[in-house]
Amino acid sequence: MEMQLEKFSYDNKIVRNFLFATALWGLVGFLVGLICAIEMFWPQLTNGISFLSFGRLRPLHTNAVIFAFVGNAIFAGVYHSLQRLVKARMYSDVLSKVHFWGWQLIIVAAAITLPLGYSTGKEYAELEWPIDISIALVWVIFGWNMMGTILKRRVKHLYVAIWFYIASWATVAVLHIVNSIELPVSFLKSYSMYAGVQDALVQWWYGHNAVAFFLTTPFLGLMYYYVPKAAGRPVFSYRLSIIHFWALIFIYIWAGPHHLLYTALPDWAQSLGTVFSIMLIAPSWGGMLNGLLTLRGAWDKVRDDVVLKFMVVAITAYGMVTFEGPMLSLKSLNAMTHYTDWIVGHVHLGALGWNGCMIFAMLYFIIPRIFQTKLHSQKMANWHFWLATASIIFYAIPMYWAGIVQNQMWREFNADGTLTNQNFLDTVTQLIPMYATRAIGGSIFIVGVLLMFYNLYKTVKSGKLLANEEAEAYPLAKANVKHEKEHWHRWIEKRPMQMLLLSIVVILIGGAIEMIPTFLVKSNIPSITSVQPYTPLELEGRDLYIREGCYNCHSQMIRPFRWETERYGDYSKAGEFVYDHPFQWGSKRTGPDLAREGVKTGRLYKPNDWHFNHLLVPDSVSDGSIMPRYPWLLNKLDSKTLEGKITAMRKMGVPYPEGYESKAAGDMRVQAKEVAKPLYDNIDGLMISDETYDKIAAGEMKLEETEMVAVIAYLQRLGTDIYPKAAKK
Amino acid sequence: MLKFIKHHLDTIDGVEIFPVVSFLIFFSVFVFALIYVVKADKSHMDEMSNLPLDNKN
Repeated sequence: MEMQLEKFSYDNKIVRNFLFATALWGLVGFLVGLICAIEMFWPQLTNGISFLSFGRLRPLHTNAVIFAFVGNAIFAGVYHSLQRLVKARMYSDVLSKVHFWGWQLIIVAAAITLPLGYSTGKEYAELEWPIDISIALVWVIFGWNMMGTILKRRVKHLYVAIWFYIASWATVAVLHIVNSIELPVSFLKSYSMYAGVQDALVQWWYGHNAVAFFLTTPFLGLMYYYVPKAAGRPVFSYRLSIIHFWALIFIYIWAGPHHLLYTALPDWAQSLGTVFSIMLIAPSWGGMLNGLLTLRGAWDKVRDDVVLKFMVVAITAYGMVTFEGPMLSLKSLNAMTHYTDWIVGHVHLGALGWNGCMIFAMLYFIIPRIFQTKLHSQKMANWHFWLATASIIFYAIPMYWAGIVQNQMWREFNADGTLTNQNFLDTVTQLIPMYATRAIGGSIFIVGVLLMFYNLYKTVKSGKLLANEEAEAYPLAKANVKHEKEHWHRWIEKRPMQMLLLSIVVILIGGAIEMIPTFLVKSNIPSITSVQPYTPLELEGRDLYIREGCYNCHSQMIRPFRWETERYGDYSKAGEFVYDHPFQWGSKRTGPDLAREGVKTGRLYKPNDWHFNHLLVPDSVSDGSIMPRYPWLLNKLDSKTLEGKITAMRKMGVPYPEGYESKAAGDMRVQAKEVAKPLYDNIDGLMISDETYDKIAAGEMKLEETEMVAVIAYLQRLGTDIYPKAAKK
Repeated sequence: MLKFIKHHLDTIDGVEIFPVVSFLIFFSVFVFALIYVVKADKSHMDEMSNLPLDNKN
């Protein structure tokens, strides 16, 4: 029976759209990052502008570069390569359009809500619940379009890149949905269903696997397509790609706890995280070697091809970062690097090197081709290459240096047993030159990107988009050559739905084994009877802490090291966080740990008026502080949603008495007056303007009604639960 | 919601079996993958690795 050659066309328009979005949002995300970097040595830059303060912008930066820059790039690469690998047009042009516009709308929603402080307080998952739901819907549309395309393919076997795409899609869906389970209180406010230790585990199972299945596996898939394409030769070892695919997706899931070493997470979970992180070196390097060795014998091509140059740097950075990561997962090294800038260096080596350079390679490769023209300037692209490579060095090295300085200064003891650097601030001021250098590194990276913009703009103008690229191929029946021995893997390569399901099972194993005992075995989170829920005022203050993104610079998790307990107080116990929806352990100490800030006999304790001045004008009480100013905290506290918050908390197991929500506002006002009293007593010592002073004196403004008092109440509660209380209401 | 689940399964006896089971699952997936890869037909491997190049693009 004669099979007819089928004619169809590839959709290049959707690829163009995603590529343009990638470049545009990339620039936005990088610029926001640059503002954050500058704020760290020149905080006065954005004094008094709430939506530009570091705590509001850093989540915008991370979400923009991950979901807007990398996200659009993934879609561009998948839509471009998948069609050609399966020799079929995307399943539905309508789904393609909905996917594209849906994603961009999500990004715009993020760009508006995050700087305004609408945040869940969980890293890389700050977007509030309506946007979370939108992400899930658009993600389903993406998967539908992708699987639909695979099912109507004209090539029987699925090339390895496609397995990576399928596994990435499935896993990201699971991660996003599970970590985003939150109980809404209002349209743009919700609380994580999980609390304390459990929330930490879910969060970092998500966070690390966002790295794995958003920042890594899609890019490995793209690597497996674009490196052979650019080099004109097949991948080094197809067998290796099969092994490292399965090993990678299975092992990666378990590595999450390496973000929580020496914290209150149960020991066995920490150990699992470490062991699996070390094991991860093998499949990661399998991928790196496969990519680099594809170029064996063709290295002379790299010299003349800027696309290959970017790819070589990308894959090399990938190798470096996937060795560094496991090393940082060793408890001994982790003890020195956690909370420091070393981690920031690690992140950006991967982000600028692996993700950035691979995306640039893709842009330079695809755009001339779909616009049927040549790249406008090879020279400019080469300049971009050298600037990008140099910028990585100017970024990472100061951060490593800063990390070492921080750790050394934090842990140094005098001969008499006291801490050498008693004042945390002294460790910060030492880092200013490194922060400035890092900002220069970031700027160089952006200059390269601007060159790329110009170059690609001229390229696009010189060509014409081939919106629908003619292609032809035989339908599946003819293309299926019968093999004598049908091995099980070939069986699965032909069956994309089974591949999808098996990947899901594999990735669920790690999560289930780590999370189920943590959730269900009581002994993992020993309860502490003296731990009580937050008062209404403290709850409002906590939500302000989250709104302002304080967790971006302050941790709340004291590790069991003498140099930490000397500085911050007794190390943090798992049972202290059972009512913390969400947990706020933090990942970074640009400022000191606050876990025992409220303990009156603690070394860090400060009276209410100190906190008032510190929040209003940090450098007035901390000379040289880089903390932003928070004048807008003098606004009146909006407690319209207080009743809803109490009810929501109770629904999630926080033991507020039944009906307490009707008393909450009254209790809040009583406590607010108590907290405000020391402020009134020292009104002349407050760093307020004359105008504000007069308003207070005239009774027009009441300190007890401000957001400031709520934040202070929260800070003064921190860490006190494990100590016997004085007379409490 | 979580309280509901926790209410019904307060403790897991012998949670130590978990890491053992997981290791066994991983090991077997890995072993299968290794066996396949070692026994795989060379011409099929070559054909698969050439898929990206099988296109004028």
